[in-house]
Amino acid sequence: MNKTENQKAWLFVLPVVLLVAFNAIIPLMTVVNYSVQETFGDNTFFWSGVMWFEQVLRSERFHDALGRQLFFTFMILVIEVPLGVAIALAMPRKGPWVSVCLVLMALPLLIPWNVVGAMWNIFALPDIGLLGRMLNGMGFDYNFTRQPFSAWFTLILMDVWHWTSLVVLLTYAGLVSIPDAYYQAAKIDGARSWAILRYIQLPKLKRVLTIAILLRFMDSFNIYTEPFVLTGGGPGNATTLLSIDLVKIALGQFDLGPAAAMSLVYFLIILLLSWIFYTLMMRNEAQQ
Amino acid sequence: MTRFRFLVPTLYILFLMLPIYWLVNMSFKTTNEILGTFTLWPVEFTFENYEKILTDPTWYMGYVNSLIYVSINTVLSVGAALPAAYAFSRYRFVGDKHLFFWLLTNRMAPAAVFALPFFQLYSAVGLFDTHLAVALAHTLFNIPLAVWILEGFMSGVPKELDETAYVDGYSFGRFFVKIFIPTIAAGIGVAAFFCFMFSWVELLLAKTLTAVDAKPIAATMTRTASTSGYELGLLAAAGSLTIIPGAFVIYFVRNYIAKGFALGRV
Repeated sequence: MNKTENQKAWLFVLPVVLLVAFNAIIPLMTVVNYSVQETFGDNTFFWSGVMWFEQVLRSERFHDALGRQLFFTFMILVIEVPLGVAIALAMPRKGPWVSVCLVLMALPLLIPWNVVGAMWNIFALPDIGLLGRMLNGMGFDYNFTRQPFSAWFTLILMDVWHWTSLVVLLTYAGLVSIPDAYYQAAKIDGARSWAILRYIQLPKLKRVLTIAILLRFMDSFNIYTEPFVLTGGGPGNATTLLSIDLVKIALGQFDLGPAAAMSLVYFLIILLLSWIFYTLMMRNEAQQ
Repeated sequence: MTRFRFLVPTLYILFLMLPIYWLVNMSFKTTNEILGTFTLWPVEFTFENYEKILTDPTWYMGYVNSLIYVSINTVLSVGAALPAAYAFSRYRFVGDKHLFFWLLTNRMAPAAVFALPFFQLYSAVGLFDTHLAVALAHTLFNIPLAVWILEGFMSGVPKELDETAYVDGYSFGRFFVKIFIPTIAAGIGVAAFFCFMFSWVELLLAKTLTAVDAKPIAATMTRTASTSGYELGLLAAAGSLTIIPGAFVIYFVRNYIAKGFALGRV
Protein backbone atom coordinates (compact mmCIF):
# COMPACT_ATOMS: atom_id res chain seq x y z
CA MET A 1 0.00 0.00 0.00
CA ASN A 2 1.33 3.45 -0.79
CA LYS A 3 1.39 5.40 2.43
CA THR A 4 1.04 9.14 2.91
CA GLU A 5 3.81 11.10 4.54
CA ASN A 6 2.40 12.44 7.81
CA GLN A 7 4.50 13.39 10.82
CA LYS A 8 1.42 13.79 13.01
CA ALA A 9 1.17 10.00 12.96
CA TRP A 10 3.65 10.14 15.85
CA LEU A 11 0.74 11.30 18.03
CA PHE A 12 -1.05 8.02 17.27
CA VAL A 13 2.01 6.03 18.18
CA LEU A 14 2.76 8.01 21.32
CA PRO A 15 0.72 5.95 23.87
CA VAL A 16 2.38 2.77 22.69
CA VAL A 17 5.84 4.33 22.78
CA LEU A 18 5.31 5.71 26.29
CA LEU A 19 3.97 2.44 27.70
CA VAL A 20 6.60 0.27 26.13
CA ALA A 21 9.37 2.74 26.95
CA PHE A 22 8.36 2.70 30.62
CA ASN A 23 8.54 -1.08 30.60
CA ALA A 24 11.52 -1.55 28.35
CA ILE A 25 13.91 1.37 28.64
CA ILE A 26 13.91 1.93 32.41
CA PRO A 27 14.48 -1.76 33.26
CA LEU A 28 17.00 -2.13 30.47
CA MET A 29 18.95 0.87 31.80
CA THR A 30 18.86 -0.72 35.27
CA VAL A 31 20.40 -3.82 33.77
CA VAL A 32 23.03 -1.75 31.97
CA ASN A 33 23.84 0.03 35.24
CA TYR A 34 24.35 -3.19 37.13
CA SER A 35 26.42 -4.66 34.37
CA VAL A 36 29.16 -2.04 34.71
CA GLN A 37 29.21 -1.70 38.49
CA GLU A 38 30.47 -3.60 41.48
CA THR A 39 28.75 -3.65 44.86
CA PHE A 40 29.55 -5.14 48.24
CA GLY A 41 25.93 -5.44 49.20
CA ASP A 42 25.63 -2.17 51.15
CA ASN A 43 23.97 -0.23 48.34
CA THR A 44 27.16 1.51 47.31
CA PHE A 45 28.27 0.90 43.76
CA PHE A 46 31.63 1.28 42.06
CA TRP A 47 32.42 1.54 38.39
CA SER A 48 33.83 -1.75 37.21
CA GLY A 49 33.98 -1.32 33.48
CA VAL A 50 33.63 -4.41 31.37
CA MET A 51 34.80 -6.74 34.11
CA TRP A 52 31.50 -8.63 34.34
CA PHE A 53 31.24 -8.98 30.59
CA GLU A 54 34.71 -10.50 30.43
CA GLN A 55 33.84 -12.81 33.28
CA VAL A 56 30.60 -13.94 31.63
CA LEU A 57 32.03 -14.36 28.17
CA ARG A 58 34.92 -16.42 29.54
CA SER A 59 32.94 -18.51 32.01
CA GLU A 60 32.43 -22.12 31.18
CA ARG A 61 29.06 -22.06 32.88
CA PHE A 62 27.77 -19.51 30.37
CA HIS A 63 29.24 -21.41 27.41
CA ASP A 64 27.56 -24.60 28.60
CA ALA A 65 24.18 -22.96 29.12
CA LEU A 66 24.41 -21.25 25.73
CA GLY A 67 25.38 -24.55 24.12
CA ARG A 68 22.40 -26.31 25.67
CA GLN A 69 20.16 -23.43 24.64
CA LEU A 70 21.32 -23.57 21.01
CA PHE A 71 20.92 -27.34 20.97
CA PHE A 72 17.41 -27.09 22.38
CA THR A 73 16.31 -24.40 19.91
CA PHE A 74 17.88 -26.27 16.99
CA MET A 75 16.20 -29.55 17.94
CA ILE A 76 12.73 -28.11 18.36
CA LEU A 77 12.95 -26.16 15.09
CA VAL A 78 14.11 -29.24 13.22
CA ILE A 79 11.27 -31.32 14.65
CA GLU A 80 8.40 -28.86 14.93
CA VAL A 81 8.59 -27.12 11.56
CA PRO A 82 8.51 -30.19 9.25
CA LEU A 83 6.05 -31.98 11.54
CA GLY A 84 3.78 -28.95 11.64
CA VAL A 85 3.83 -28.60 7.85
CA ALA A 86 3.07 -32.31 7.39
CA ILE A 87 0.10 -32.15 9.76
CA ALA A 88 -1.26 -28.99 8.15
CA LEU A 89 -1.04 -30.61 4.70
CA ALA A 90 -3.04 -33.60 5.93
CA MET A 91 -5.75 -31.52 7.58
CA PRO A 92 -9.20 -31.29 5.99
CA ARG A 93 -9.79 -28.00 4.13
CA LYS A 94 -13.53 -27.73 4.63
CA GLY A 95 -16.35 -29.34 6.55
CA PRO A 96 -17.22 -29.55 10.23
CA TRP A 97 -13.92 -31.21 11.18
CA VAL A 98 -11.92 -28.07 10.45
CA SER A 99 -13.22 -26.25 13.53
CA VAL A 100 -12.81 -29.32 15.71
CA CYS A 101 -9.19 -29.73 14.57
CA LEU A 102 -8.37 -26.04 15.04
CA VAL A 103 -9.87 -25.79 18.53
CA LEU A 104 -8.32 -29.01 19.81
CA MET A 105 -4.93 -28.22 18.31
CA ALA A 106 -4.88 -24.72 19.75
CA LEU A 107 -5.65 -25.97 23.24
CA PRO A 108 -2.05 -26.57 24.41
CA LEU A 109 -1.17 -23.00 23.44
CA LEU A 110 -3.58 -21.60 26.02
CA ILE A 111 -2.47 -23.57 29.02
CA PRO A 112 -0.39 -21.57 31.51
CA TRP A 113 3.26 -22.49 31.11
CA ASN A 114 3.76 -23.72 34.63
CA VAL A 115 0.71 -25.98 34.20
CA VAL A 116 2.32 -27.36 31.03
CA GLY A 117 5.41 -28.16 33.07
CA ALA A 118 3.43 -29.64 35.94
CA MET A 119 1.24 -31.64 33.56
CA TRP A 120 4.25 -33.17 31.85
CA ASN A 121 5.90 -33.82 35.15
CA ILE A 122 2.87 -35.85 36.27
CA PHE A 123 2.56 -37.46 32.83
CA ALA A 124 6.20 -38.54 32.66
CA LEU A 125 6.93 -39.64 36.23
CA PRO A 126 8.24 -43.19 36.05
CA ASP A 127 6.04 -44.53 38.84
CA ILE A 128 2.70 -42.72 38.48
CA GLY A 129 2.87 -41.13 35.01
CA LEU A 130 1.33 -42.68 31.93
CA LEU A 131 4.33 -41.92 29.70
CA GLY A 132 6.88 -43.08 32.28
CA ARG A 133 5.00 -46.31 32.90
CA MET A 134 4.56 -46.99 29.20
CA LEU A 135 8.23 -46.44 28.37
CA ASN A 136 9.41 -48.54 31.27
CA GLY A 137 6.84 -51.19 30.38
CA MET A 138 8.27 -51.33 26.86
CA GLY A 139 11.65 -52.08 28.38
CA PHE A 140 13.28 -48.64 28.22
CA ASP A 141 15.13 -47.53 31.30
CA TYR A 142 13.45 -44.15 31.62
CA ASN A 143 13.61 -41.73 34.53
CA PHE A 144 13.71 -38.05 33.65
CA THR A 145 14.61 -36.89 37.13
CA ARG A 146 17.77 -39.00 37.16
CA GLN A 147 19.04 -39.44 33.61
CA PRO A 148 20.12 -36.50 31.45
CA PHE A 149 19.05 -38.29 28.27
CA SER A 150 15.53 -38.99 29.57
CA ALA A 151 15.29 -35.40 30.80
CA TRP A 152 16.19 -34.05 27.36
CA PHE A 153 13.82 -36.45 25.66
CA THR A 154 10.96 -35.32 27.92
CA LEU A 155 11.86 -31.65 27.53
CA ILE A 156 11.85 -31.79 23.74
CA LEU A 157 8.72 -33.95 23.60
CA MET A 158 6.99 -31.45 25.88
CA ASP A 159 7.92 -28.53 23.65
CA VAL A 160 6.80 -30.43 20.55
CA TRP A 161 3.51 -31.08 22.31
CA HIS A 162 3.21 -27.46 23.39
CA TRP A 163 4.17 -25.55 20.26
CA THR A 164 3.89 -27.70 17.10
CA SER A 165 0.29 -26.48 16.82
CA LEU A 166 1.59 -22.97 16.25
CA VAL A 167 3.38 -24.14 13.10
CA VAL A 168 0.33 -26.18 12.08
CA LEU A 169 -2.04 -23.22 12.45
CA LEU A 170 0.26 -20.84 10.58
CA THR A 171 0.87 -23.28 7.75
CA TYR A 172 -2.80 -24.10 7.55
CA ALA A 173 -3.67 -20.39 7.27
CA GLY A 174 -1.14 -20.14 4.45
CA LEU A 175 -2.49 -23.21 2.64
CA VAL A 176 -6.10 -22.06 2.83
CA SER A 177 -5.15 -18.71 1.30
CA ILE A 178 -3.87 -20.37 -1.90
CA PRO A 179 -6.58 -19.75 -4.55
CA ASP A 180 -8.24 -22.83 -6.08
CA ALA A 181 -7.19 -21.68 -9.54
CA TYR A 182 -3.59 -22.67 -8.77
CA TYR A 183 -4.61 -26.25 -8.05
CA GLN A 184 -6.83 -26.42 -11.13
CA ALA A 185 -3.99 -25.20 -13.32
CA ALA A 186 -1.71 -27.80 -11.80
CA LYS A 187 -4.30 -30.50 -12.45
CA ILE A 188 -4.57 -29.51 -16.10
CA ASP A 189 -0.78 -29.69 -16.37
CA GLY A 190 -0.98 -33.16 -14.83
CA ALA A 191 1.22 -32.25 -11.88
CA ARG A 192 1.74 -34.89 -9.21
CA SER A 193 1.26 -34.14 -5.55
CA TRP A 194 4.98 -33.68 -4.86
CA ALA A 195 5.18 -31.22 -7.74
CA ILE A 196 2.22 -29.31 -6.31
CA LEU A 197 3.95 -29.25 -2.94
CA ARG A 198 7.29 -28.18 -4.38
CA TYR A 199 6.15 -25.58 -6.90
CA ILE A 200 2.85 -24.25 -5.53
CA GLN A 201 2.45 -24.88 -1.84
CA LEU A 202 5.95 -24.40 -0.44
CA PRO A 203 6.63 -21.10 -2.28
CA LYS A 204 3.29 -19.77 -1.06
CA LEU A 205 4.11 -20.90 2.45
CA LYS A 206 7.45 -19.11 2.57
CA ARG A 207 6.01 -16.11 4.33
CA VAL A 208 4.06 -17.90 7.06
CA LEU A 209 6.93 -20.30 7.62
CA THR A 210 9.32 -17.41 8.17
CA ILE A 211 6.97 -16.05 10.81
CA ALA A 212 6.64 -19.50 12.35
CA ILE A 213 10.39 -19.94 12.53
CA LEU A 214 10.87 -16.41 13.89
CA LEU A 215 8.28 -16.92 16.63
CA ARG A 216 9.47 -20.40 17.53
CA PHE A 217 13.06 -19.20 17.60
CA MET A 218 12.32 -16.24 19.89
CA ASP A 219 10.07 -18.14 22.24
CA SER A 220 12.25 -21.22 22.52
CA PHE A 221 15.28 -19.05 23.23
CA ASN A 222 13.35 -17.34 26.03
CA ILE A 223 11.86 -20.51 27.48
CA TYR A 224 11.94 -20.58 31.25
CA THR A 225 8.84 -21.73 33.08
CA GLU A 226 8.18 -25.11 31.46
CA PRO A 227 11.66 -26.63 31.89
CA PHE A 228 11.93 -25.00 35.31
CA VAL A 229 8.78 -26.76 36.51
CA LEU A 230 9.52 -30.00 34.66
CA THR A 231 13.14 -30.63 35.55
CA GLY A 232 14.30 -27.55 37.47
CA GLY A 233 17.31 -27.54 35.15
CA GLY A 234 18.38 -30.98 36.31
CA PRO A 235 19.47 -33.67 36.72
CA GLY A 236 22.58 -31.73 37.75
CA ASN A 237 22.80 -28.97 35.20
CA ALA A 238 21.79 -31.16 32.26
CA THR A 239 18.77 -29.11 31.21
CA THR A 240 19.80 -25.71 32.59
CA LEU A 241 18.98 -23.44 29.67
CA LEU A 242 20.02 -19.78 29.51
CA SER A 243 16.96 -18.31 31.25
CA ILE A 244 17.09 -20.82 34.07
CA ASP A 245 20.76 -20.13 34.65
CA LEU A 246 20.14 -16.38 34.55
CA VAL A 247 17.37 -16.51 37.13
CA LYS A 248 19.55 -18.72 39.33
CA ILE A 249 22.33 -16.13 39.25
CA ALA A 250 20.12 -13.04 39.54
CA LEU A 251 17.41 -14.03 42.00
CA GLY A 252 19.02 -17.08 43.60
CA GLN A 253 22.55 -15.84 44.29
CA PHE A 254 21.78 -12.12 43.85
CA ASP A 255 24.97 -11.66 41.83
CA LEU A 256 23.64 -8.58 40.10
CA GLY A 257 26.72 -7.63 38.08
CA PRO A 258 27.33 -10.97 36.36
CA ALA A 259 23.57 -11.52 35.96
CA ALA A 260 23.16 -8.14 34.28
CA ALA A 261 26.11 -8.67 31.98
CA MET A 262 24.77 -12.10 31.08
CA SER A 263 21.29 -10.61 30.45
CA LEU A 264 22.72 -8.16 27.96
CA VAL A 265 24.80 -10.73 26.14
CA TYR A 266 21.79 -13.05 26.05
CA PHE A 267 19.48 -10.30 24.77
CA LEU A 268 21.99 -9.25 22.11
CA ILE A 269 22.24 -12.80 20.79
CA ILE A 270 18.44 -13.03 20.43
CA LEU A 271 18.31 -9.57 18.89
CA LEU A 272 20.98 -10.37 16.33
CA LEU A 273 19.48 -13.69 15.26
CA SER A 274 15.93 -12.33 15.21
CA TRP A 275 17.07 -9.34 13.15
CA ILE A 276 18.35 -11.75 10.53
CA PHE A 277 15.00 -13.57 10.40
CA TYR A 278 13.14 -10.25 10.40
CA THR A 279 15.16 -8.90 7.48
CA LEU A 280 14.49 -12.09 5.54
CA MET A 281 10.80 -11.79 6.29
CA MET A 282 10.57 -8.15 5.23
CA ARG A 283 12.46 -8.92 2.04
CA ASN A 284 9.89 -11.63 1.29
CA GLU A 285 7.11 -9.19 1.92
CA ALA A 286 8.66 -6.58 -0.33
CA GLN A 287 8.90 -9.14 -3.14
CA GLN A 288 5.21 -9.94 -3.01
CA MET B 1 -2.85 -42.86 0.49
CA THR B 2 -5.38 -40.03 0.47
CA ARG B 3 -7.91 -42.25 2.21
CA PHE B 4 -5.72 -42.54 5.30
CA ARG B 5 -4.74 -38.91 5.39
CA PHE B 6 -7.15 -38.19 8.23
CA LEU B 7 -4.95 -40.42 10.40
CA VAL B 8 -2.21 -37.80 10.64
CA PRO B 9 -4.27 -35.06 12.35
CA THR B 10 -6.16 -37.68 14.36
CA LEU B 11 -3.00 -39.20 15.79
CA TYR B 12 -1.60 -35.75 16.46
CA ILE B 13 -4.72 -34.68 18.35
CA LEU B 14 -4.61 -37.93 20.30
CA PHE B 15 -1.03 -37.14 21.29
CA LEU B 16 -2.13 -33.65 22.37
CA MET B 17 -4.98 -34.98 24.47
CA LEU B 18 -3.05 -37.69 26.35
CA PRO B 19 -1.21 -35.47 28.89
CA ILE B 20 -4.38 -33.40 29.36
CA TYR B 21 -6.37 -36.56 30.01
CA TRP B 22 -3.77 -37.66 32.53
CA LEU B 23 -3.99 -34.34 34.35
CA VAL B 24 -7.80 -34.46 34.51
CA ASN B 25 -7.65 -38.11 35.54
CA MET B 26 -5.33 -37.24 38.43
CA SER B 27 -7.59 -34.40 39.53
CA PHE B 28 -10.43 -36.83 40.31
CA LYS B 29 -8.28 -39.20 42.32
CA THR B 30 -7.54 -39.25 46.03
CA THR B 31 -3.94 -38.79 47.13
CA ASN B 32 -3.90 -42.41 48.28
CA GLU B 33 -4.90 -43.68 44.88
CA ILE B 34 -2.35 -41.48 43.09
CA LEU B 35 0.55 -42.60 45.23
CA GLY B 36 -0.61 -46.12 46.04
CA THR B 37 -1.74 -47.67 42.79
CA PHE B 38 -1.50 -47.11 39.04
CA THR B 39 -4.94 -46.74 37.48
CA LEU B 40 -5.89 -45.53 34.02
CA TRP B 41 -9.06 -43.88 35.33
CA PRO B 42 -10.12 -42.75 38.82
CA VAL B 43 -11.36 -45.77 40.78
CA GLU B 44 -12.12 -43.93 44.00
CA PHE B 45 -13.73 -41.05 42.10
CA THR B 46 -13.67 -37.83 44.17
CA PHE B 47 -14.56 -34.15 43.83
CA GLU B 48 -12.58 -33.36 46.97
CA ASN B 49 -9.77 -31.57 45.13
CA TYR B 50 -12.16 -29.30 43.25
CA GLU B 51 -14.18 -28.65 46.39
CA LYS B 52 -11.07 -27.50 48.20
CA ILE B 53 -10.14 -25.09 45.40
CA LEU B 54 -13.60 -23.65 44.96
CA THR B 55 -14.16 -23.07 48.70
CA ASP B 56 -10.73 -21.88 49.80
CA PRO B 57 -10.19 -18.17 49.00
CA THR B 58 -6.39 -18.51 48.78
CA TRP B 59 -7.06 -20.86 45.87
CA TYR B 60 -9.99 -19.37 44.01
CA MET B 61 -8.80 -15.78 44.45
CA GLY B 62 -5.82 -16.83 42.35
CA TYR B 63 -8.14 -17.33 39.39
CA VAL B 64 -9.91 -14.03 40.10
CA ASN B 65 -6.58 -12.18 40.32
CA SER B 66 -5.34 -13.72 37.08
CA LEU B 67 -8.55 -12.86 35.25
CA ILE B 68 -8.44 -9.27 36.55
CA TYR B 69 -4.92 -8.46 35.40
CA VAL B 70 -5.39 -10.33 32.13
CA SER B 71 -8.50 -8.24 31.39
CA ILE B 72 -6.81 -4.94 32.29
CA ASN B 73 -3.86 -5.91 30.15
CA THR B 74 -6.02 -6.82 27.16
CA VAL B 75 -7.90 -3.51 27.28
CA LEU B 76 -4.70 -1.49 27.71
CA SER B 77 -2.77 -3.29 24.99
CA VAL B 78 -5.48 -3.27 22.35
CA GLY B 79 -6.55 0.28 23.23
CA ALA B 80 -3.05 1.67 22.84
CA ALA B 81 -2.25 -0.48 19.83
CA LEU B 82 -5.29 0.57 17.75
CA PRO B 83 -4.17 4.13 16.86
CA ALA B 84 -0.55 3.03 16.57
CA ALA B 85 -1.38 0.22 14.17
CA TYR B 86 -3.46 2.64 12.13
CA ALA B 87 -0.51 5.02 11.91
CA PHE B 88 1.84 2.22 10.82
CA SER B 89 -0.56 0.91 8.19
CA ARG B 90 -1.52 4.29 6.69
CA TYR B 91 1.29 6.79 7.17
CA ARG B 92 4.98 7.22 6.61
CA PHE B 93 6.74 9.18 9.32
CA VAL B 94 10.25 9.77 10.61
CA GLY B 95 11.57 6.61 12.21
CA ASP B 96 8.55 4.44 11.48
CA LYS B 97 10.51 1.38 10.37
CA HIS B 98 12.94 1.59 13.30
CA LEU B 99 10.07 2.02 15.72
CA PHE B 100 8.34 -1.02 14.30
CA PHE B 101 11.42 -3.18 14.77
CA TRP B 102 12.07 -1.72 18.22
CA LEU B 103 8.57 -2.79 19.23
CA LEU B 104 9.29 -6.29 18.01
CA THR B 105 12.52 -6.43 20.02
CA ASN B 106 10.41 -6.21 23.16
CA ARG B 107 8.53 -9.29 22.07
CA MET B 108 11.94 -10.99 21.96
CA ALA B 109 13.07 -9.88 25.39
CA PRO B 110 13.44 -12.84 27.73
CA ALA B 111 11.25 -12.32 30.80
CA ALA B 112 14.14 -13.59 32.89
CA VAL B 113 16.18 -10.52 31.92
CA PHE B 114 13.47 -8.18 33.15
CA ALA B 115 12.32 -9.97 36.29
CA LEU B 116 14.58 -8.20 38.77
CA PRO B 117 14.49 -4.68 37.25
CA PHE B 118 10.70 -4.94 37.01
CA PHE B 119 10.49 -5.82 40.66
CA GLN B 120 12.56 -2.74 41.53
CA LEU B 121 10.73 -0.44 39.13
CA TYR B 122 7.25 -1.38 40.27
CA SER B 123 8.25 -1.29 43.94
CA ALA B 124 9.67 2.20 43.38
CA VAL B 125 6.44 3.53 41.86
CA GLY B 126 4.37 1.86 44.57
CA LEU B 127 2.54 -0.57 42.34
CA PHE B 128 4.09 -3.79 43.67
CA ASP B 129 1.49 -6.50 44.37
CA THR B 130 -1.29 -4.78 42.43
CA HIS B 131 -3.17 -6.10 39.40
CA LEU B 132 -2.16 -2.98 37.50
CA ALA B 133 1.52 -3.80 37.92
CA VAL B 134 1.20 -7.19 36.23
CA ALA B 135 -1.12 -5.76 33.56
CA LEU B 136 1.39 -3.00 32.78
CA ALA B 137 4.35 -5.36 32.81
CA HIS B 138 2.65 -7.69 30.35
CA THR B 139 2.09 -4.81 27.91
CA LEU B 140 5.83 -5.14 27.26
CA PHE B 141 5.24 -8.12 24.98
CA ASN B 142 1.50 -7.75 24.31
CA ILE B 143 1.55 -4.24 22.84
CA PRO B 144 4.08 -5.17 20.14
CA LEU B 145 2.02 -8.26 19.37
CA ALA B 146 -1.25 -6.31 19.21
CA VAL B 147 0.33 -3.64 16.99
CA TRP B 148 1.64 -6.30 14.63
CA ILE B 149 -1.62 -8.20 14.38
CA LEU B 150 -3.77 -5.08 13.97
CA GLU B 151 -1.37 -3.57 11.44
CA GLY B 152 -1.63 -6.78 9.43
CA PHE B 153 -5.42 -6.70 9.47
CA MET B 154 -5.59 -2.95 8.76
CA SER B 155 -3.26 -3.19 5.78
CA GLY B 156 -5.81 -5.56 4.28
CA VAL B 157 -8.42 -2.76 4.30
CA PRO B 158 -8.10 -0.62 1.15
CA LYS B 159 -7.26 3.01 1.72
CA GLU B 160 -10.18 4.00 -0.51
CA LEU B 161 -12.43 3.27 2.47
CA ASP B 162 -10.81 6.12 4.44
CA GLU B 163 -10.88 8.48 1.48
CA THR B 164 -14.54 7.82 0.62
CA ALA B 165 -15.50 8.48 4.24
CA TYR B 166 -13.72 11.84 4.23
CA VAL B 167 -15.42 12.79 0.96
CA ASP B 168 -18.73 11.90 2.61
CA GLY B 169 -17.93 14.45 5.31
CA TYR B 170 -16.87 12.19 8.14
CA SER B 171 -14.41 13.64 10.63
CA PHE B 172 -11.42 11.41 11.46
CA GLY B 173 -12.76 10.50 14.88
CA ARG B 174 -16.19 9.53 13.62
CA PHE B 175 -14.75 7.60 10.69
CA PHE B 176 -12.43 5.68 13.00
CA VAL B 177 -15.12 4.72 15.51
CA LYS B 178 -18.12 4.31 13.23
CA ILE B 179 -16.59 2.78 10.10
CA PHE B 180 -13.02 1.64 10.59
CA ILE B 181 -13.32 -0.21 13.90
CA PRO B 182 -16.34 -2.27 12.75
CA THR B 183 -14.47 -3.11 9.54
CA ILE B 184 -11.53 -4.62 11.40
CA ALA B 185 -13.62 -6.10 14.23
CA ALA B 186 -12.24 -9.57 13.50
CA GLY B 187 -8.70 -8.25 13.82
CA ILE B 188 -9.50 -6.60 17.14
CA GLY B 189 -11.00 -9.87 18.36
CA VAL B 190 -7.89 -11.77 17.36
CA ALA B 191 -5.54 -9.19 18.91
CA ALA B 192 -7.55 -9.30 22.14
CA PHE B 193 -7.42 -13.08 22.08
CA PHE B 194 -3.64 -13.10 21.78
CA CYS B 195 -3.20 -10.51 24.54
CA PHE B 196 -5.46 -12.62 26.73
CA MET B 197 -3.52 -15.73 25.86
CA PHE B 198 0.01 -14.47 26.46
CA SER B 199 -0.95 -12.69 29.66
CA TRP B 200 -2.80 -15.78 30.91
CA VAL B 201 0.05 -18.19 30.32
CA GLU B 202 2.93 -16.01 31.57
CA LEU B 203 4.14 -16.77 35.06
CA LEU B 204 7.64 -15.44 35.75
CA LEU B 205 6.78 -11.72 35.71
CA ALA B 206 3.35 -12.21 37.28
CA LYS B 207 4.96 -14.11 40.14
CA THR B 208 7.80 -11.63 40.59
CA LEU B 209 5.46 -8.63 40.76
CA THR B 210 2.96 -10.00 43.27
CA ALA B 211 2.99 -11.23 46.85
CA VAL B 212 -0.47 -11.65 48.35
CA ASP B 213 -3.20 -9.35 47.05
CA ALA B 214 -2.73 -9.94 43.35
CA LYS B 215 -1.17 -13.39 43.39
CA PRO B 216 -2.00 -15.26 40.17
CA ILE B 217 -3.27 -18.82 40.17
CA ALA B 218 -0.07 -20.04 38.57
CA ALA B 219 1.94 -18.73 41.53
CA THR B 220 -0.49 -20.23 44.02
CA MET B 221 0.12 -23.56 42.34
CA THR B 222 3.91 -23.42 42.48
CA ARG B 223 3.92 -22.28 46.07
CA THR B 224 1.53 -25.04 47.09
CA ALA B 225 3.67 -27.61 45.40
CA SER B 226 6.67 -26.56 47.42
CA THR B 227 5.24 -25.68 50.82
CA SER B 228 2.48 -28.07 51.78
CA GLY B 229 4.04 -31.26 50.55
CA TYR B 230 3.28 -32.66 47.16
CA GLU B 231 -0.49 -32.70 46.83
CA LEU B 232 -0.68 -33.94 43.29
CA GLY B 233 -4.46 -34.31 43.13
CA LEU B 234 -4.96 -30.72 44.21
CA LEU B 235 -2.30 -29.50 41.81
CA ALA B 236 -3.92 -31.47 38.98
CA ALA B 237 -7.35 -30.03 39.76
CA ALA B 238 -5.97 -26.49 39.84
CA GLY B 239 -4.19 -27.14 36.53
CA SER B 240 -7.30 -28.59 34.92
CA LEU B 241 -9.27 -25.48 35.88
CA THR B 242 -6.72 -23.20 34.19
CA ILE B 243 -7.45 -24.90 30.86
CA ILE B 244 -11.12 -23.85 30.86
CA PRO B 245 -10.84 -20.09 30.16
CA GLY B 246 -8.47 -20.80 27.27
CA ALA B 247 -10.74 -23.42 25.74
CA PHE B 248 -13.63 -21.00 26.12
CA VAL B 249 -11.98 -18.12 24.27
CA ILE B 250 -10.52 -20.29 21.50
CA TYR B 251 -14.03 -21.31 20.53
CA PHE B 252 -14.93 -17.70 19.69
CA VAL B 253 -11.92 -16.96 17.51
CA ARG B 254 -11.50 -20.41 15.96
CA ASN B 255 -11.97 -19.15 12.41
CA TYR B 256 -9.45 -16.34 12.79
CA ILE B 257 -6.93 -17.96 15.09
CA ALA B 258 -4.60 -19.06 12.30
CA LYS B 259 -4.62 -15.62 10.70
CA GLY B 260 -3.84 -14.13 14.07
CA PHE B 261 -0.87 -16.40 14.59
CA ALA B 262 0.38 -15.25 11.21
CA LEU B 263 0.24 -11.72 12.75
CA GLY B 264 -2.53 -10.87 10.30
CA ARG B 265 -0.12 -11.47 7.44
CA VAL B 266 -1.71 -14.25 5.43
